[in-house]
Amino acid sequence: MSATPVLETDGLTLFFNSVAAFSDVSLSVDEGEIFAVIGPNGAGKTSLFNVISRVYRPARGTIRYLGADLLRLRRAQIAGAGIARTFQNLGLFGNLSVLENVLIGRHHLMRSGTLRGGLYLGFAQLEERSHRAAAMEALEFVGIAGVAHRPVHILPYGIQKRVELARALAMQPRLLLLDEPVAGMSTAERGEITTLIRRMHERGYSIVLVEHDMGMVMQVAQRVLVLDFGRVIALGTPGEVQRDPRVIKAYLGAQLEEEAAV
Amino acid sequence: MTTFYQLLFSGFALGCVYALVALGFTVIYRSSQVINFAQGSLLALGAYMVSWFAIDKSLPFGLAVLAAIGVCVLVGVVFQRLVLRWVAGQPVFVIVMITIGLSIVIDASVSAKFGANPRLLGDPWSSSAVHPGGVTLIWAKIWTIVTVFGVLLGFFLFDRYSRYGLAMRATAADEEAAMAVGVPTRRVFALAWGVAGAVATVGGFFLATFPNQLDPSISAVALLAFPAIILGGLDSPAGAVVGGVTIGLVEELTKGYQPAHASWLGTNFYVIAPYVVMILVLMVKPYGLFGRAPVERI
Ligand SMILES: Nc1ncnc2c1ncn2[C@@H]1O[C@H](COP(=O)(O)OP(=O)(O)OP(=O)(O)O)[C@@H](O)[C@H]1O
Ligand SMILES: [Mg+2]
Repeated sequence: MSATPVLETDGLTLFFNSVAAFSDVSLSVDEGEIFAVIGPNGAGKTSLFNVISRVYRPARGTIRYLGADLLRLRRAQIAGAGIARTFQNLGLFGNLSVLENVLIGRHHLMRSGTLRGGLYLGFAQLEERSHRAAAMEALEFVGIAGVAHRPVHILPYGIQKRVELARALAMQPRLLLLDEPVAGMSTAERGEITTLIRRMHERGYSIVLVEHDMGMVMQVAQRVLVLDFGRVIALGTPGEVQRDPRVIKAYLGAQLEEEAAV
Repeated sequence: MTTFYQLLFSGFALGCVYALVALGFTVIYRSSQVINFAQGSLLALGAYMVSWFAIDKSLPFGLAVLAAIGVCVLVGVVFQRLVLRWVAGQPVFVIVMITIGLSIVIDASVSAKFGANPRLLGDPWSSSAVHPGGVTLIWAKIWTIVTVFGVLLGFFLFDRYSRYGLAMRATAADEEAAMAVGVPTRRVFALAWGVAGAVATVGGFFLATFPNQLDPSISAVALLAFPAIILGGLDSPAGAVVGGVTIGLVEELTKGYQPAHASWLGTNFYVIAPYVVMILVLMVKPYGLFGRAPVERI
């Protein structure tokens, strides 16, 4: 493929007080691809998302987004650039309604300034209506339009996870960073979210997916990168990665440790 | 009965001012979990600016008020952008100390420019009043109630329905997540300080109308609004309003009835009464009437 990758990192390294969270991570996500990042707990997956969203500054390495240097953007500009994320531990605004939670994702798309937006008149009102429609559409897409006016904190965990997905979609992103979208869900819910992610893929979004559910990763991802203790130990198609002896050893090691701890 | 209506009226007007002062605290607290100890000084600055524009610069009173609001909004926003921005992420204690610093700077500047003697506010009402059914309704207080209602209505519409109101509420709930979804949180914090400056000015000059006067002690009213915000819940604007009005009513009714009916409580008990109410409410609802207990995340 000769097209510019959506996301490309080279030699990316992050330290937390001289301990490396991950080092020398080089990857490249193609347009429209579902690119999975897997690895045992503490491997550095969430930290990688945090570096891409400009929460942490990497010690070394480069990040290019659509060919441009991503490290030149500030954290609050990432959404406007077209990168949306969901959080492993939910990043919702508890006392706001579901619709408001989704609507806030469109803040960077709204034009009317503080004053006009504040006065809520004329143009601002028209604009407001179109943003509400877009937010509702995102809620419909993830299947929870029925709870749009409920405060988000009273809803079950599985629904809250969907609110995050809807908010990310409402941001009109090109690249989605999904951090464990099915963690803590029932088998039935997992199936539904997997279907949703497939449909997002059909819509053409580029997606980086962090997930512990191997079954799901193997079903949806085109390529998989495996991190272990912050190092890339494998990169390839789901089939290739599954057969890789280093991957088997890393996962088996983690499992043995867990058993020893019990 | 006339006395009762009289006290109800003055208590309600006073409560409206407390509501605005409390709202100023709440807006800042909600956005950054900091009690802004400069709120009283901002209020004094606002009132003195109204007086300065109206008398020294001979602006029409309405314009003087708008100009004073402009000055206080500017002071709030500039303080946030130039000072607070650089201490973001520091412990709350540090930020509180910095707001105390701002309060000292404002108080000192106000005394240096205007001295300690009482000053005329320059308002058009002075002591004029209407007397329906024998109750004296001072015009200044009628205007207090009407204006404060207008300001509160404006604030709640803004907070509830505007793009930046939503951004303010989201940032208050989770700053990290707000940034991740593209909310310009720096601008939101500056906006909160601007709102605090604006409501302080309006509260300040109404507090200096008849029968009160404008002198530097006016900044102490912030301490009187304290029971109001505790009562309402620190992070709830609606609570600030209910708390403010309640405290105003308690204060005036106590002032009116306690000397005759419960003189054993001593003189000036009305100063203490709001705190008594505050403590009683906290015993039943530790986070205030409208406050929410912090939600622990697992
Ligand atoms: N803010 C931080 N300060 C210091 N260390 C951190 C911080 N965040 C993460 N770490 C450490 O960095 C390493 C990688 O953590 P990270 O959260 O990225 O792992 P992960 O792969 O997402 O794990 P999980 O599957 O459990 O979510 C861990 O050792 C973690 O303790
Ligand atoms: Mg993680």
